[in-house]
Amino acid sequence: MKRYFLDLFIGGKSLVDGLVVTTKALFQPIVTVQYPREEIDITPNFRGHIDLVLDPEKNTFRCIACGMCQRSCPSECIQIEGKKVEGKKKKTLGLFALDFTKCSLCGTCVEVCPTQALEFSKEYNLADFSKEAFHYDILKRLEERII
Amino acid sequence: METISTLPPELIRMVIAVIIIISFIFLNAIMMGYLERKIAGHVQRRLGPMEVGFHGILQLVVDGVKLVAKELLIPINVDRTFFRLAPILSFTPVILPLLVIPFSEKLQARDLNLGLLFIVSMTSVNVMAILVGGWGSNNKYSMFGAMRAVAQSIAYEIPILLSMLAIILMTNTLSLKEIVGAQQKIWFVLLQPLAFIIYVISGIAETNRAPFDLPEAESELTAGFHTEYSGIGFSLFFLGEYTNMFTVASVATVLFLGGWHGPSLPYGEYLGIVWFFLKVYFLLFFMIMIRWTYPRVRFDQLLNFAWKYLVPFSLVNILITAVVVKL
Amino acid sequence: MRESTIKEHNRFFLNMGPQHPSTHGVLLVVLEMNGEYVLDPQPVLGFVHRMHEKIGESRPCQGFMPNTARMDYVCALPYNHGYVSLIEKKAGIEVPKRAEYIRVITSELNRVASHLLWLGAYLLDLGAFTPILYGFDDREHILDILEDITGSRLTYCYYRFGGVCRDIDDKFVEATRAFIKRLRKRYVIYEKLVTKNIIFIKRAENIGIISPDMAIRYGITGPNLRGSGIAYDIRKNEPYSVYPEFDFEVPVGERGDCLDRYMVRVREMEQSLRIIEQALDNLPDGPVRSKVPKKIKLTPGDCNFAVEAARGELSYYLIGDGTGVPYRLKIRVPSYSNLSCLQELGRGILLPDLVSIMGSFDLVIPEIDR
Repeated sequence: MKRYFLDLFIGGKSLVDGLVVTTKALFQPIVTVQYPREEIDITPNFRGHIDLVLDPEKNTFRCIACGMCQRSCPSECIQIEGKKVEGKKKKTLGLFALDFTKCSLCGTCVEVCPTQALEFSKEYNLADFSKEAFHYDILKRLEERII
Repeated sequence: METISTLPPELIRMVIAVIIIISFIFLNAIMMGYLERKIAGHVQRRLGPMEVGFHGILQLVVDGVKLVAKELLIPINVDRTFFRLAPILSFTPVILPLLVIPFSEKLQARDLNLGLLFIVSMTSVNVMAILVGGWGSNNKYSMFGAMRAVAQSIAYEIPILLSMLAIILMTNTLSLKEIVGAQQKIWFVLLQPLAFIIYVISGIAETNRAPFDLPEAESELTAGFHTEYSGIGFSLFFLGEYTNMFTVASVATVLFLGGWHGPSLPYGEYLGIVWFFLKVYFLLFFMIMIRWTYPRVRFDQLLNFAWKYLVPFSLVNILITAVVVKL
Repeated sequence: MRESTIKEHNRFFLNMGPQHPSTHGVLLVVLEMNGEYVLDPQPVLGFVHRMHEKIGESRPCQGFMPNTARMDYVCALPYNHGYVSLIEKKAGIEVPKRAEYIRVITSELNRVASHLLWLGAYLLDLGAFTPILYGFDDREHILDILEDITGSRLTYCYYRFGGVCRDIDDKFVEATRAFIKRLRKRYVIYEKLVTKNIIFIKRAENIGIISPDMAIRYGITGPNLRGSGIAYDIRKNEPYSVYPEFDFEVPVGERGDCLDRYMVRVREMEQSLRIIEQALDNLPDGPVRSKVPKKIKLTPGDCNFAVEAARGELSYYLIGDGTGVPYRLKIRVPSYSNLSCLQELGRGILLPDLVSIMGSFDLVIPEIDR
């Protein structure tokens, strides 16, 4: 019999305690961000898909089309082609395609690059209706940045 | 004009009252839906609906339009008659209790001398709708929901009636208007706190609200009795649920919180409705807070709680009340 | 309820899942039922099987690294940790001390994040909506901290063979200390809202009791095992990394019911915070990554490495054949064994209790199917 009333008392008190917590929370400021309306600063270390580094001195890419990234990529999502340019001995970069649907953002390509030609982009607003939208032409993205 | 003047004025008043009540039901559902989502949002430290209208105030209107405009989807293997009947059965009876509730001294569609009995009988039709819907859906989860609803409703009707009985013993009447009138000096919640608590708990269970939302228990039964419903069918259940909540809160206000009584206002016999609504929405706010705070009880615990705690306590309460009244 | 007393026509089957709110992913449990009583729950696995082990056997070991995080996305870093440690052990790679400390700190942060998410998800199974969002609120701070150094929020690929890919800075240390302070303050909220709540206790107490004997029989590990009163934690019993240098307890339960499993996890969060604090205090200086040959050769012979993931013992078993590609890679995941006792545990109980039990197991289905 004592247990019966004790249960009722302890139980009732615990329920009131819970209600106090939620009632307090009702008047506390919110913690969410209204995403499309406001955006928070993304950390500089964020790892998005890869981009070619724009060399400030040469005003172009550093990539030498050696293909290390292509070979080291575990998901085989990078495709590089070099092209011959008149008057130069070495091949230069002709195509840098990234299939982002396969990429798992491990960062191996950035690490193996002998010329530090790759970096992570800070793009995170990535949503689209088709798979093809994520087949990036990284070289073209760089060329758009060259003034 | 002649036909109107030959009609009894009582009938015209009833028709107007029903129209007002039906429109109020929709308004109430919209307000409650909005309040529920807004309060849930702020309890969880987020904003809730914000996009449609000022602070999302039109969100539920838009949702309503969407639900009504949706295709009437009837799954292949359902019992078509029952499946269609259930939402209507859930929506129709909820209008009737509002006819006898005295919103203020003069704002009452009809003062039945058996008002309380009428309300109790009408609100219990709701469980029929759930049973019919759950059965007609031909879905095992819906069936579980329906069966739970029936057992739950039967178990919780008893403490509700017993707690009402304590008030009836004190006032000697079933007319809601007279019950409110008897609270001129002191609200019954102060004389009958135990009955009030029992009534509120059972009322939450009766309206299938969390933590007693077993018929729809989405983590167990996906969506319980309305798993198969969409569009207008679902929205009628939704309307029914919120109107039932309103009815339960109104009855609690009438029985325990002194109805329209409050600091006097000009045109008090009409404007008492302000106090009435304040009290009702305070209770509804409380019910919403409870929903967003507690986990769901288990089915047998729910019934145990009714039979082991609520029923004995309300019986003792009646006994004490009877003795005190007789003395 | 004795089975023989149930008439044959009263039995029916109920498919719980693969799209059910409380199976936490694509798990199907075929329930043989009598009314609301479950007679025989039969988990059906394999809906999200992605052949992770086979992928691991078909490419150089560096290439499998990112995949390990995808097995258990809720607590990815211990999975990374296990795999890098396995390869390091096999190939004899030295790891700088600072790197091991960073691994421990980040792994423990991830464990706290996983437990916070579980706490909310379990309460969601029991019908309470609010705790999961409070849990997310706290977890978001951990994700922010981890994002700042690892660059991602969920499936980190932060560890490398021979260290970690980026050193931590003062900002990280500061933010982590601030988080520890914050979470300790938040315990009060969880205690009042959940732990002491009578409805929660009634839903979890004496439900799904796993006896120590049964737990060992099924190979249950992690908080589920410790809830049954067996103090078995890889971090203590088979210490790896730098865990022996830290002072922490292994919380255990008494009865082995859902409430004990809950309490063990809640107390484990505090122990994890203690480990992080000690690691931050004693953080050694030095490099975070040692020189590793470009092509790692896996010597012939087998090798095993076990770590304590948030859900229990995670063990990698590898056979090398002298090349860089593992000849055989076997991953023992905790949730698989933890789920296996559901059938025995779930006989003759009510459907809501089954939901409660499954919630208390902390299942991550992609980890089971992998």
